[in-house]
Amino acid sequence: MSSFYTASDHFVLIPAIMLALFGCAVLLFDLLVEPRQRKYLVLLVTAGEIFTGVALVRQQMYLSANGLSQLAAFQGSLTVDGFAIFFNWIFLAATLIVAMVSYKYLDIAGEHHGEYYGLLLLAQCGMFFLAAGTDLITLFIGLELMALCFYVMVGFLRTEKRSNEAAMKYLLLGAFSSGFLVYGFSVMYGISGSTKLADVASAIGSRQPWDPVVFLAMVTTTVGLLFKISAVPFHMWAPDAYEGAPTTVTAYLSVASKAASMAFLLRIFLGPLAPARVSWEWLLSAVAIATMTVGNLAAINQNNIKRLLAYSSISHAGYMLLGLIAGNDTGIKGVAVYVLVYTFMNLGAFLVVVALRRKDIIGEELDDIAGLIHRSPGYASLMLIFLLSLAGIPPTAGFLGKYYIFLSLVETQHYTLAVIAVLYVAVAIYYYFRIVRAMFIRDAADRVPLASSLGLRVALGVSGVLTLGIGIYPEPFLQMAQVSLMR
Amino acid sequence: MNAVPLSWYLTLSGVLFTLGAAGFLFRRNIITVFMSIELMLNAVNLSFISFSYAFRRVDGQIFTFFVMVVAAAEAAVGLAIILTVFKNRNTLNIDDLNSMKDEYQPAQPEEASETAPVSVP
Repeated sequence: MSSFYTASDHFVLIPAIMLALFGCAVLLFDLLVEPRQRKYLVLLVTAGEIFTGVALVRQQMYLSANGLSQLAAFQGSLTVDGFAIFFNWIFLAATLIVAMVSYKYLDIAGEHHGEYYGLLLLAQCGMFFLAAGTDLITLFIGLELMALCFYVMVGFLRTEKRSNEAAMKYLLLGAFSSGFLVYGFSVMYGISGSTKLADVASAIGSRQPWDPVVFLAMVTTTVGLLFKISAVPFHMWAPDAYEGAPTTVTAYLSVASKAASMAFLLRIFLGPLAPARVSWEWLLSAVAIATMTVGNLAAINQNNIKRLLAYSSISHAGYMLLGLIAGNDTGIKGVAVYVLVYTFMNLGAFLVVVALRRKDIIGEELDDIAGLIHRSPGYASLMLIFLLSLAGIPPTAGFLGKYYIFLSLVETQHYTLAVIAVLYVAVAIYYYFRIVRAMFIRDAADRVPLASSLGLRVALGVSGVLTLGIGIYPEPFLQMAQVSLMR
Repeated sequence: MNAVPLSWYLTLSGVLFTLGAAGFLFRRNIITVFMSIELMLNAVNLSFISFSYAFRRVDGQIFTFFVMVVAAAEAAVGLAIILTVFKNRNTLNIDDLNSMKDEYQPAQPEEASETAPVSVP
């Protein structure tokens, strides 16, 4: 009989323990500090992230020192490998950046509560399990831990109608999709008699790929997963949730939640569902085309920047799916690089929108960003970098992400998909440049200075440097993404 | 005397799940929609339990406990959100939650309405 909680189990779990501990610590400290000092809770979040980061580094060093590609714990329900560590660094960076910019925004919005920071850390704890889980139960609990924190954060502006409404829609559709997902899991359990991903994979592998039961499991699980990454036709919640949520939460939702769901999706599709590849490849191709079409075309007419970026993030989910459809090493590496790059450029773009929120000015419409170059050249040029990167124009990081995705499509002879994807890049350039045009050509609507804080400037600087840096000097990041492939 | 075969439980679970999904899609009251989601999760529980019983393995029952915990947590968060929605709007009809829309209209209709009064006099 194997022992229940060994030293190596503990070693694997430390990042999650740290996140949960500090998440709870934030909730307790919130009772001690004065309302005016709540911003110091960010320091506690930072401390928690440092401990988590150290734990991740130790895991990484342990793996490379012993020449291991993975370290399993809890009888194989949790696995730390390059993949998990890579995604956890993304979650860590996103959480830290969002925590830094939040205190000013929440002060202005008049809803500065300590719970917010606790929820950030607990959501990240859920993401840890999504990236490292190799058991259906672990993955499901991780997903729900993350999602429940997000439901609350989206509705954080209690007195604002749009925020309530966003939370309501996100909650209902999120719970609905979890229902489908967990139904798919129950069918997988029925097929294999086990909840371990490896057992499910071998059980599915021993059946025909078009076996109706496998197909049922595949379709229901896919529906649940596509909801989470907001792929068409399950994207309806995203624009509303993104628009109604506090902008800092929107930034977090669009980046960390999407990265975690993408990690989850890769775990499922490259694990248990990999043997049934022929039955889902066409399905995902259709979804990817529909996602790019709806995301890009619907973004054209938006006048609300958050809504525009919401549709743009839907289309980015489509590009990420393309890497999985190609399915070769370049493709999976492409998805990893794309998620990394997308994290910083999309965060950056939303952070500029965060800065537009001032007392009495919501600052989410295209008119609000007009003439930004005259009011604040620094913010305007950073926004330009983020938008160029989102559009995928060469010197920036966004190009790198798209490059690997397209390369993998060509390598696997998915020429039609590649052509469609490239065509939609042109459409994307059009609507991103609507924002650029507003910033640089139109006159400013108001003269109220932008909301600025130390945290916001640092966060924007980091995002900007990384967005440009990954584009100009990509080698170390490509190396990281390569490591993430060692599954 | 024979026991009830596994397929009957699974059919019942499938029917309950479909009813839950249909309720989610066609009901208009938020509370009812929320109950439909609970029905879906309970259908899943039934399917886990019956598989677990058929295999004589305990994992499925453990999963059921976790699904129940998640359903309870979701209900707690969900009812809190429903409460704030009701406080702000005094309605629980899902069709009234429509303050955010895609903005296709503003460009053309606004121009039209601006030009129309000019052309009338």
